Amino acid sequence: MKRIDAGSREPVTLVLNGRECSALAEPRTLLSDFLRHDLGATGTHVGCEHGVCGACTVRIDGVAVRACLTLAVQAEGLRVDTVEGLAAADGTLDELQQAFRRHHALQCGFCTAGILMSCADFLRRVTQPDEGTVREMLSGHLCRCTGYTPIVAAVLEVAAARRKTDEETRDA
Amino acid sequence: MKPAAFDWVRIDAVEEACALLAEYGGDARILAGGQSLMAVLNMRLAQPRVLLDISRCAPLDHVRSDNGMLTIGAAATQAAVEWRAHLATEVPLLAQAFPHISHFQVRNRGTVCGSVAHADPSAELPLCLALLGGEVVLRSRKRRRVLAAADFFRGMLTTARRDDELVEAVRFPLAREGAGYAFDEFAMRHGDFAIVACAAEVTAERLRLAVGGVADRPCVVEWERLEGDALADAINDFAWSLQAQDDAHASAAYRRHLVRRLAPRVIAAAEALRAGEQE
Repeated sequence: MKRIDAGSREPVTLVLNGRECSALAEPRTLLSDFLRHDLGATGTHVGCEHGVCGACTVRIDGVAVRACLTLAVQAEGLRVDTVEGLAAADGTLDELQQAFRRHHALQCGFCTAGILMSCADFLRRVTQPDEGTVREMLSGHLCRCTGYTPIVAAVLEVAAARRKTDEETRDA
Repeated sequence: MKPAAFDWVRIDAVEEACALLAEYGGDARILAGGQSLMAVLNMRLAQPRVLLDISRCAPLDHVRSDNGMLTIGAAATQAAVEWRAHLATEVPLLAQAFPHISHFQVRNRGTVCGSVAHADPSAELPLCLALLGGEVVLRSRKRRRVLAAADFFRGMLTTARRDDELVEAVRFPLAREGAGYAFDEFAMRHGDFAIVACAAEVTAERLRLAVGGVADRPCVVEWERLEGDALADAINDFAWSLQAQDDAHASAAYRRHLVRRLAPRVIAAAEALRAGEQE
């Protein structure tokens, strides 16, 4: 059992995109605010703050969840991955980001950070998605620019490319 | 849109939660997945003094299939049930209902017990529990009691849980031999709360229908096998008995209309699955 009283601030340590980070948090501090204000990782966006819009979606221990519906103290000791961790250190976009760019799967980009984190978890679990399952996954995100069609295309393209790579590796 | 201040306690053992519930009663809230509670806290519709966080309480994080039941512990996420390899044969109704429950990202963290304890009249999991005649296991410091779903749901966001009790687990009956199951709902957007949701269980002798989103709790009716006009009349009578209310999302008349259209479709789907099983 661990107890933190209202108003007191305790250190929270987590592994953000592979790097151990620590800052003080009250019990009521949301993970979304902790990432942005205390750890300076502003790639994760905040929209509705009640779990509907999906902008704040991050991966906790690999699983896509809403940072606005998670307390910072709940992430103590866990691995948190955000959009900042997708590209390589030299700025090269990862395959999902490149596909988004090719398909114009973003315009203003506000929703994109969350969508990419959902897609990363989804594609890890569903290796043969169809349009229906991709749309079901994307239903947890609001995008007012794209109409979703280019996002669906980008996700399906990455899934197909990964399958091809897997087959080639197997055949080799 | 930020929560008011509260004390936070990470619970590692069930006894700790029970002791603190006995101490704080209604001033404490259980935080499991937080997919309903955190939103309510952010909007300050609830301002509990203490949050008892069971999300990392290992003894409550289990899903087991035994004694004809799928038993789901209070810390087990909806995803942990949804992604079970044999859910479609264990509890086929749940396998059909999960894609309708909010979104992938919310089911990843939301718990089954949390949804049941929250008792939203439009929610899918309470509806499934009611249709199947499942059970809720309540635990306090002094005792453990088991309630049938019909006795647990008391009204809008209201259950028979006492302030010092934890919903320790829920139990869904496994698929009965020779029965067919189906679920469907109508919502304004995929993943929204249903305006009307229906679930059905059909066997050779009888049919059970549960309707959510209309009355203040999921309502279940059981008939001998009915067909054609007799079935349509029975569904119409049932739709009227639910005392639908007008609200911002739909009128009472529209809700009754949806019951009349959705229920026969769900019953037919359950019958088709039952017939397929017989072959």
